[in-house]
Amino acid sequence: MPPIPAIQDLSITLAHYLGLAGTIFAIGTVIALSKRNAVAVLMGIELMLNAVNLTVLAFSRFGAGFDRTGSAPLDGHVFVVFVLTVAAAEAAVALAMAVLVYRRRETIDLDRVNLMRW
Amino acid sequence: MESPGIILAFFALSGLTATSALLVLVARNLMHALVFLVVSFLGMAGLFLTLSADFIAVAQILIYAGSISVLMVFAVMLTPLASRNNGSTLYVIPALLAAGGLSNIIGFIAIDTDWDERKGEVLAQSDFTTTVAGIGDLLLGKYILAFEVASVLLLFALLGAIVLVQERRRAGEEA
Repeated sequence: MPPIPAIQDLSITLAHYLGLAGTIFAIGTVIALSKRNAVAVLMGIELMLNAVNLTVLAFSRFGAGFDRTGSAPLDGHVFVVFVLTVAAAEAAVALAMAVLVYRRRETIDLDRVNLMRW
Repeated sequence: MESPGIILAFFALSGLTATSALLVLVARNLMHALVFLVVSFLGMAGLFLTLSADFIAVAQILIYAGSISVLMVFAVMLTPLASRNNGSTLYVIPALLAAGGLSNIIGFIAIDTDWDERKGEVLAQSDFTTTVAGIGDLLLGKYILAFEVASVLLLFALLGAIVLVQERRRAGEEA
């Protein structure tokens, strides 16, 4: 597609992606810190992991490094694959724990799961 | 990344992703929040496509929008209707303050730092054709140890999830 002069100045840079990832990470932080429901807290954590993936991929795309063969390095992509793996494992275990807590205490309201409060 | 398609796609997808992430925060019903979370994951997959990450985008749709959201639907459905609200605790105010400061710091660093990034012709030269073969080479070559550790982690997560939720029989109540 040929450049359109009116929006050509808006060229997307690394800073755009980093700003967006920072925004989504902040939203995920608020959700993870402030929600009552355990599943909602997990949603916030997933959003934060997603924002980190976006950062890694943006650096992989815009980074200046090339390996010896001259092809673009894909190490960032491999890291994102591992983050996806760990996120899936973490979601499975965390949701099993949510079900377990509900079975024992009849609630997954995190304010009422206060067995370890002094 | 000067082509108008990329620019329009970036702004449309980032608007979609950030808006639906915000709606996860403000939605009253936990199921609605979950649906907005899936929309946010799909927008994020589109953003990955604008970064030429085809394999990761498809994996994002499969793993996040597919399986993790289904797991969350299960967890929501296993709890009764009464606990299905998406309310916040009093911590929402300090959380908002902390997150605002955090995103301001990240935004300031992102704009103010000279990243020495590739742009223009150099960037267009390094457009990936497909990343699948390269990721496969790295996973089974340079990162083989991490790959094996990840497989062990997945196995133990599977076992842990099963052991956690199984119904234990009391002693003397053998079936």
